[in-house]
Amino acid sequence: MTKLVPVLSEHWDEKDSFTIEAYTRHGGYKASQKALAMDPDAVIQLVKDSGLRGRGGAGFPTGMKWGFIPQGDNKEHYLVVNADESEPGTCKDTPLMMANPHVLIEGCIIAAHAIRAKHAFIYIRGEVTHVVRRVNQAIEDAYKAGHLGKGIEIVLHVGAGAYICGEETALLDSLEGFRGQPRLRPPFPAIAGLYAMPTVVNNVESIASVPAIILNGAEWYQSMGTEKSKGTTLYSLSGHVKNPGQFEAPLGITLRELLELAGGIREGHRLKFWTPGGSSTPIFTDEHLDIPLDYEGVAAAGSMLGTKALQIFDETTSIIRAVLRWTEFYKHESCGKCTPCREGTWWLVQILRDLDAGIGTEEDLNKLLDICDNIAGRSFCALADGAVAPIISSLKYFRQEYLDQLANKGPLFDPMDSTLFVSAKAGA
Amino acid sequence: MTTTEIVDMITVVIDGFEVSVPKGTLVIRAAEQLGIQIPRFCDHPLLDPVGACRQCLVDIEINGRAFPKPQASCTIPVEPGMIVKTQLTSQVADKAQKGVMELLLINHPLDCPVCDKGGECPLQNQAMSNGQGQTRFEGVKRRFEKPINISSQVLLDRERCVLCARCTRFSDQIASDPFITLNERGALQQVGIYEKQPFKSYFSGNTVQICPVGALTGASYRFRARPFDLVSTPSACEHCASGCDMRTDVRRGKTLRRLAGDDASVNEEWNCDKGRWAFKYVTAIDRLTHPLVRNDAGDLVQASWPEALSAAAKGLKENRSAVLVGGRATYEDAYGYSKFARIALGTNDIDFRSRISSDEEREFLAARVVGSTTTYRDIDRADHVLLVGFEPEEESPIVFLRINKQFRKRALKVTAVASKLSIGVDKLKGQFVKVAPGQEAAAIAAQTLSAQSIILVGERASESAGALTAVAALADSTGAKIAWIPRRAGERGAIEAGAIGNLLPGGRPVADAAARVDIAALWGISVLPSQIGRSSDEIFAAVNSGAIGALLVGGVDPLDGINSQAALSALDTAFVVCLEIAPSEVTMRADVVLPVAAITEKSGSFLNWEGRARSFDAAVADSLNRSDLRILSMIAEEMSAPLKLSTVSAAAKEIASLGPWEGARASMKAVNAEKAPTLSGDQFILNSWRRLLDLGTLQKGEENLAGTARQTIAVISPKRAQAMGVADGDLLKISSALGSVTLSALVEDIHDDAVWAPRNSQGSQLLINLGVGHGAVVSVVKI
Amino acid sequence: MAYSSEDLATMDSIIKRYPRSRSAIMPLLHFVQSRIGFVNGEGIELIAQLLTLEAAEVSAVATFYTQYKRTPVGEYHVGVCTNTLCAVMGGDAIFEGLKEHLGVENDGVTSDGKVSLEHIECNAACDYAPVVMANWEFYDNQTVESAKDLVDSMRSGNPKPPTRGPDTLVTWKEVSAVLAGINDGKANEGLQAGAPTLLGLKISKEGK
Repeated sequence: MTKLVPVLSEHWDEKDSFTIEAYTRHGGYKASQKALAMDPDAVIQLVKDSGLRGRGGAGFPTGMKWGFIPQGDNKEHYLVVNADESEPGTCKDTPLMMANPHVLIEGCIIAAHAIRAKHAFIYIRGEVTHVVRRVNQAIEDAYKAGHLGKGIEIVLHVGAGAYICGEETALLDSLEGFRGQPRLRPPFPAIAGLYAMPTVVNNVESIASVPAIILNGAEWYQSMGTEKSKGTTLYSLSGHVKNPGQFEAPLGITLRELLELAGGIREGHRLKFWTPGGSSTPIFTDEHLDIPLDYEGVAAAGSMLGTKALQIFDETTSIIRAVLRWTEFYKHESCGKCTPCREGTWWLVQILRDLDAGIGTEEDLNKLLDICDNIAGRSFCALADGAVAPIISSLKYFRQEYLDQLANKGPLFDPMDSTLFVSAKAGA
Repeated sequence: MTTTEIVDMITVVIDGFEVSVPKGTLVIRAAEQLGIQIPRFCDHPLLDPVGACRQCLVDIEINGRAFPKPQASCTIPVEPGMIVKTQLTSQVADKAQKGVMELLLINHPLDCPVCDKGGECPLQNQAMSNGQGQTRFEGVKRRFEKPINISSQVLLDRERCVLCARCTRFSDQIASDPFITLNERGALQQVGIYEKQPFKSYFSGNTVQICPVGALTGASYRFRARPFDLVSTPSACEHCASGCDMRTDVRRGKTLRRLAGDDASVNEEWNCDKGRWAFKYVTAIDRLTHPLVRNDAGDLVQASWPEALSAAAKGLKENRSAVLVGGRATYEDAYGYSKFARIALGTNDIDFRSRISSDEEREFLAARVVGSTTTYRDIDRADHVLLVGFEPEEESPIVFLRINKQFRKRALKVTAVASKLSIGVDKLKGQFVKVAPGQEAAAIAAQTLSAQSIILVGERASESAGALTAVAALADSTGAKIAWIPRRAGERGAIEAGAIGNLLPGGRPVADAAARVDIAALWGISVLPSQIGRSSDEIFAAVNSGAIGALLVGGVDPLDGINSQAALSALDTAFVVCLEIAPSEVTMRADVVLPVAAITEKSGSFLNWEGRARSFDAAVADSLNRSDLRILSMIAEEMSAPLKLSTVSAAAKEIASLGPWEGARASMKAVNAEKAPTLSGDQFILNSWRRLLDLGTLQKGEENLAGTARQTIAVISPKRAQAMGVADGDLLKISSALGSVTLSALVEDIHDDAVWAPRNSQGSQLLINLGVGHGAVVSVVKI
Repeated sequence: MAYSSEDLATMDSIIKRYPRSRSAIMPLLHFVQSRIGFVNGEGIELIAQLLTLEAAEVSAVATFYTQYKRTPVGEYHVGVCTNTLCAVMGGDAIFEGLKEHLGVENDGVTSDGKVSLEHIECNAACDYAPVVMANWEFYDNQTVESAKDLVDSMRSGNPKPPTRGPDTLVTWKEVSAVLAGINDGKANEGLQAGAPTLLGLKISKEGK
């Protein structure tokens, strides 16, 4: 049984955990002090050695990303923190910044030092006011305490409602004051990012993981996790589980283990399907309970670790309704730049609405898959790949349910059965 | 001199064929080299790659490593070891392209039968060549309000738009007029303007031309024709000296539209809206159809050609005569006038400058401009562009685009010596050297340039004494190149043709005996007049003093100068033979009027500001109208002084046989700047130029075009505005001794001593209303 | 002119945060909403003028992001998450219930101008599903009834406080200023974390 290891979340249960006093009380800003005394390249090497990989979804090695920044090029370098947490199911960076914004600030100081950046930007989605307050206050307090303003500046930038801005190049365009549409790559941000200068874009959790690595060393971090997925991470359980919430564990824990900690599926129900890392990662079923939730394990089983957003759905949930709603989300959030995503999501929603209403034939399922094939890997960025992931994977595991719904000429499930209110009543 | 540029070549294999292309070439264009057409919408060779439409997906592997998914060939440069499989050899690429095409069409209306683009539509064509014939889409299409006007001349049909962003990228990247943008998001994304700001760009028509569907249409061409009913003729633009390559589309003898042609060394694939949309003047105006001769009763009456030619010849022969030819004559026509003056009239009294001009300018043209080889390429290579008496966006728009291209590409440094910061110079982030009108010379002299710099001088420099002297001196001291850029299409050709009193054809100075011998030999005559001819103003004065008795006038508007009273009185006095396309201030005063062919009805060429020949054939094949050259030949025959130039090609051949002048260039006398006037109270110094879109004769009848003209305003500085209590929008009355104009005020960056107003716009025709030009003292009061 | 000289100074300070002025478009649009309640033409033109851009460029940005509103919203803007997880857990029922209760459709505003309603996408609080946001503050674990009570409290002028947020719910305009990066001094109010956020930590401390 894998044990939970709270590192990021260690002091979240203290009332004032978000204040600079609380953070300092627990050794906060010692890591940055240590790092600033190190050669920047040594910091990069340490982070490389730790095996830390990006927690925003793609899992790219953080130290390697930093190492891509050209040195001695006499250009401004920028650090940009992607705090645009918007992937459906993902809810880890938001509570992290709410409970401990200073660890993010300290991580920024260390990362900026490593990549020789004088400016860091934290791009927070606009729909989380209190997180914005906390981070803004933390920046202010870090300036007052002298952690910022002596060679490293941090600017808070607040988004305004666009999922696509979680895509790093769209985020950069948005931060530059343009429509948040993805950029052509190459050039990659490491060469021409913000204001066409070398830029590192990191997820909140990745950056927040850095201070502990600096303080405790690469070996300590290496000692946790699996062969290629090192360290601890936040797993977010939501949906039809008895006790949803955040679970910080070494990489490689399984859903079976996590479900046990969360008290299992809600009373009287059983697992039907789940997402390993947000709605853009192909769904899993109860066949996948023992897959190690690390980058390789999930990929080997045909999905992606993504943001470790484990959305759990029990047998009361209509797969078609779930997939339709996600598809509507992708249609709403498609930036419009490329044809497959813009037009494809428009079409997919119409087909899925019909299927949800029980209209169509088996041939429509094949057409649906073929359209997905014309969208996946054909679009400008990964948004459309994410959009077709739930469709393709749901047809892989639940084709019969689609057929049954068509045979039934209408929905097979009562939406009320899957609500929390029903179980609350049942439990009362 | 040519410099050999070493280009790295890269060899790739596309569909099994090897091709070597310069490093940096995009895969889609490398394929073109092999004749392999990869379908595309957003791709455009002159716009930054965007990879948005995804129509051009191909399979690529590099040194044995294959990309996991098809790549947009419009965004990927070739690399050594690259193997590309297009739709022709890869099923994956073929399916990807068909899939994208199907998606592009799901929301595209099936209104091809009523769409202007039908028949020349890249979407239609590529749906046929690379689509799958049948759609599987059975759902609801996206609906938008059918075409909306985004300006008076461009309409937008959002349902047809495939969101390739060519138009928005053009407006931003090429014209620096980001008035149209992508708005909204996702499936609702759409091209649009800001609601209160129409698409008033001088270059808006290019977006219509590069739109790969029928989403953007020109108001003037909508529903007029089908492409297959049109006869297309390559042509050259007659509107300015930029020298755009053009295409003129004619149906049953009527020009229906004009498009920008493709000439990489001049206009690339662009033109301005005036060039594109101002062509109706040929038919809009009341054309002259028959020769007219003034009878004994003093009335102009229709006459036969022999009658008219005989009357013209008689009048010109019996008088001491001079020639005035406007700046719009073709090179060949100008050559005809030039030769006519010398052979038939025995005079050097000829001037093409039917505008404000000076003797300093005439010397400058002979010393610095004739034979000049400065080109657009010099702008591309320049380290610094100095603008003198020249607003490129208003006066030679393609020059503006070229400077802007270099500005955007490599932050080319631009400096403007001017009184007012123009919109165009502001877009170029040019350094604005602010001078009082008339005081340009000192500011020019103070500039620091290098041998890689280029000085672009406009015809308005002649309006400031000493400015051209200073330009010549600056070029001499720094090695910078000079390019003189007139507004009118025929001026450079007229200089080369010798349609000016101090130059014979081919840059030969009149004052040079050897030069005269050259020309006399070419023309087969014994002797040429040796005295430097009179300028336009001097010719009018000579008529008014009785020294000259007859004028041969072609394509001249006497109201274009500041001495229009003298001009009109001279035309009233002299025996006037006029070659014109339509009734004018000159024809009504003429004794013989001979109708000539309009530009679309004849062949010929213009020399653009570079001196580059821009040849064209008659777009309208069956016109009976004759060129100026032909008619001049007929008069000369009648005068027993044959020009031996019966056709345009004969003239072109004779010009070509002339060869360049190897002798010394005429020198230039230095002219000093005038002392700045002392201003009192409400006095200002006038500064003005003509805007691209204004009341120009060649824009007659183009209401849609006129709708995008810039607002007529009078500009004064914040300091003067404050002193006068003037705010934007207040009315200002500008007065001279002759008259006044009242205009809406705009407080902007302008020299405190200066007031600016457009020279020939609605409500502000300064030469007529005020009768004064640049540097004149006027009074300005708030009313 | 809807902007005081103090406002203009604030806008100037927003622009100065960035190495390049254009980056200030988004906070300036939030700021316009803090003054006007939505993004109107005057706001777009003012931003264009401050940043030396064309109004079309500013409008292109404003229309891309869903938080910038083209018409006035309520003093309290209520967003019900109807992305899959929240929808399944009860978000759909809450949204339907609120529409009926308030008598408005999606994007509608009550006639008293107090409450506007919108269905929103995932708001990163899935472990608190179903989630309702009001002026982009968290109202966790909602039911149809609790959500109705919430909007009733808003309409009576005494809105219930957010679950995880400041002690009192501030208005749409006040929140917009926070999103423009202006510190309203309320960062220290409210919980550091809700129970689900702390669940793993608690279990770990219990030695499991």
